[in-house]
Amino acid sequence: MGMTMSQKILAAHTGLDKVVPGQLIEADLDLVLGNDVTTPVAIKEFEKTGKSEVFDKKKVAIVPDHFTPNKDIKAAEQCKMVRLFARDKEIENYFEVGEMGIEHCLIPEKGLAVPGDLIIGADSHTCTYGALGAFSTGVGSTDMAAGMATGKCWFKVPSAIKFVLKGKPTGWVSGKDVILHIIGMIGVDGALYKSMEFMGDGLKYLTMDDRFTIANMAIEAGAKNGIFVVDDITLEYVKEHSVKDFKVFEPDSDAEYDEVYEIDLGTIKPTVAFPHLPENTRTIDEVGDVEIDQVVIGSCTNGRMGDLRVAAEILRGKKVKKGVRCIVFPGTQNIYLQALREGIISDLVEAGAVVSTPTCGPCLGGHMGILAKGERAVSTTNRNFVGRMGHPESEVYLASPAVAAASAITGKITDPASVYSDRK
Amino acid sequence: MKAKGRVFKYGDNIDTDVIIPARYLNTSEPKELASHCMEDIDKEFVKKVNPGDIIVAGKNFGCGSSREHAPLSIKTAGVSCVIASTFARIFYRNAINIGLPILECDAAVQGTEAGDEIEIDFNAGIIKNLTKGTAFKSQPFPEFMKKIMAADGLINYIKAKS
Repeated sequence: MGMTMSQKILAAHTGLDKVVPGQLIEADLDLVLGNDVTTPVAIKEFEKTGKSEVFDKKKVAIVPDHFTPNKDIKAAEQCKMVRLFARDKEIENYFEVGEMGIEHCLIPEKGLAVPGDLIIGADSHTCTYGALGAFSTGVGSTDMAAGMATGKCWFKVPSAIKFVLKGKPTGWVSGKDVILHIIGMIGVDGALYKSMEFMGDGLKYLTMDDRFTIANMAIEAGAKNGIFVVDDITLEYVKEHSVKDFKVFEPDSDAEYDEVYEIDLGTIKPTVAFPHLPENTRTIDEVGDVEIDQVVIGSCTNGRMGDLRVAAEILRGKKVKKGVRCIVFPGTQNIYLQALREGIISDLVEAGAVVSTPTCGPCLGGHMGILAKGERAVSTTNRNFVGRMGHPESEVYLASPAVAAASAITGKITDPASVYSDRK
Repeated sequence: MKAKGRVFKYGDNIDTDVIIPARYLNTSEPKELASHCMEDIDKEFVKKVNPGDIIVAGKNFGCGSSREHAPLSIKTAGVSCVIASTFARIFYRNAINIGLPILECDAAVQGTEAGDEIEIDFNAGIIKNLTKGTAFKSQPFPEFMKKIMAADGLINYIKAKS
């Protein structure tokens, strides 16, 4: 029996010809990542190892993005601790405010994740880089510390679920609708401990931004990693962003999968996840009347150029409904700059949205858009757990940038086709 | 190794945002984190928990964020073990890596109520419900993970190896 794509990458990084599901391995890492919330804990653990240097100064990346620009004194102290560590250990890929972005938008943009890589990050959405054909997974701070010290990490080789994507998405349907549809179908633990491997003819209709969004939310189905087979769209992105060597892995033709789902992208409708789990999905026609107080467009899930373009296309020349706050978070400084050059920022501001510097901010209830008791937000972020964006009695509805932008105009969850019907 | 304590029982998909809300993650001080443990789902937890007490929950415990602050806050609050039907994978490895004992045992979850007194023999993998007079066998850990736990966490394990 052959290996899945994920298993092949793990085998290659362990020096083994073959690995099997359930096997415990210790694999060599290409990148170890952390942020301002998880790195302080990792630094304390790293110091216990007694090592004076990290295993490879080029293969550690630290991005203070969660509570930055520093939201309060405690957060400032944590960021300072991270900054001093990065300076002391001469971490090459430390990104300060001004050059940083939301880590999972920034790392691919900087060319630090490429096909075939084995990456761990002390952030659950590290699975984002699977969009590039890398094995990439979220871990905790102690794993990050051990990874920085040794360049290795222990893994239990996962089995996998195969998703064969066919057909072409219609109208405003994007990667976000695809992944919300899938999570609605298999549940928040539907892929627990497993890989989600995406392939099929429909891939050619999914941009890299769509794929980043889909891989990003693999964790919301409990998956260890989400991974896309590499095609011309991937290679074009890699060529544009990276000078790193890379290797393309493909699943064996006789690879064993626990389950196989065929999904016709042409049948997917704009999809919204209701509180308080990403699996509580409804298609836009089943949403009903849900009035909202806030709209958030951005995050590691949907803060990329394609997302901002869609939001601006819908909001251009229109107004955010009075009484609704619409907050937009470009994913990186480059995305911010590009959006400025394309006139997107003026379109959004003229419509009545506010545009923030890149930060994880409100997604996790950190800062820059916290909800009061009883308030509701439509958000392009990734989680709608109890208290995720603020008060434990507030509510988050997860949706695509198109649905979020349309909802900003009407003040309730809205099908983008109803405010802007010209899209083919 | 043994543990004994009263049960705090929770449902399915207990996520890291309710175990330790992100608004408290501007610190990594374990005691401060522990003082907010489970706050958004059970305000009484930190007032009532005693050293040795046990959390029993349904499937996918610890889903969501990678924040190690979640198992750390539970461990520092005095909890001696978390028993769940299943664990989210990052929480699972974080618990092992920091030396918070966890057990997967759906039967024990089904057969336990809040307030029951439970005794766990980790070596034998036996969970005894002293209140109800029942016993359950949990899935044994692979040898590799036992070694990490015996070393009291991953960092000590890799230190001993090098």
